[in-house]
Amino acid sequence: MSVPGASLVDRRLPPVTEVGAASMVAVAVGVIYNAAYLPKHAQTAVAIVILVVAALLQLANVVLMSRIREFAWARFKQVAGWSLLAYAVIAGMIEFAFVYDHTRGTQLVILTLMLALFMLNVPVLIAFTVARYERA
Amino acid sequence: MTTAVEAPPRPAAAPELPSFQIVPIKGLPIVALVLVGIVVAIARDARWGLVFCHVVGGGLWTAIDLFVGFVVGPIIGRMSIPARIEFSARFMPKMLLLMPTIVTMTLAAGFQLARQDGFLDTSSPRHAWVVASFCVVGVMAVIALAYLEPANVAVLFELKKPQPDGRVIEKLMKRFVYTAGITGVMQVATLIIMTRLVS
Repeated sequence: MSVPGASLVDRRLPPVTEVGAASMVAVAVGVIYNAAYLPKHAQTAVAIVILVVAALLQLANVVLMSRIREFAWARFKQVAGWSLLAYAVIAGMIEFAFVYDHTRGTQLVILTLMLALFMLNVPVLIAFTVARYERA
Repeated sequence: MTTAVEAPPRPAAAPELPSFQIVPIKGLPIVALVLVGIVVAIARDARWGLVFCHVVGGGLWTAIDLFVGFVVGPIIGRMSIPARIEFSARFMPKMLLLMPTIVTMTLAAGFQLARQDGFLDTSSPRHAWVVASFCVVGVMAVIALAYLEPANVAVLFELKKPQPDGRVIEKLMKRFVYTAGITGVMQVATLIIMTRLVS
């Protein structure tokens, strides 16, 4: 329970930033792995394993955050919403480049899913960092 | 004749925080213009447009990262808390718009140029350098998106509060300065890779 007036710096929270960063590492590895083989196809199984790892880490973050008591959820939602809009634009541009470069089939599906994970992860990290220093 | 009476010296007042927007709205049309420009350059396979976006964006990205990481960062680190707060209130909103736009511009154009030049093909002798640049960008993306940008936004929200917590600002600014330093070091690797690619 937080003490009114005490600095929020000392507040103990689950390692959402670290888990989110690990998920982003997995996404980066996955995209690099796929892009390194373009225009040929990288091994689908390896790419899927990386994708699943990234998705599981993000899922773990959802579970970790759902267990936090006294959190500034209103601020979290506000920041996450606007960040999501910004990163949807960026992800949309990257997706446009993939499609424009004739990426097709399984590879396009995997890259699109990785892009979706990236698009969802960054707003969570920004919003969590902001909300952890807000009083609920 | 009037006699000027000198006012007695007043005690130094606490520095007033400049009013600021977390996201500078005036800059959004410029961001939109840049993004539309990149999409048009990609869609039209406009070589000059892509080179322009990549060289200008890359130059700015590298220079800003090096300057912030090695020049501005250490200076901020030695500033007093009030000075740091005032500097952050003026500096951070601009960085919030500037950096994602420059990074998107550089990467989108660079990927298309690599494709046009055949560097993406695994048989290209320069393919390994392109993959190395992907790795460097990957590391920078993780640091920037997971640590640097959230700290940037959180500082701005803290500064908007009626009574900002100096410890929160100090902690977040420290994170900003350290991560900016790391991305600065990564930019040195980018310079080596990019000059190897075109030589």
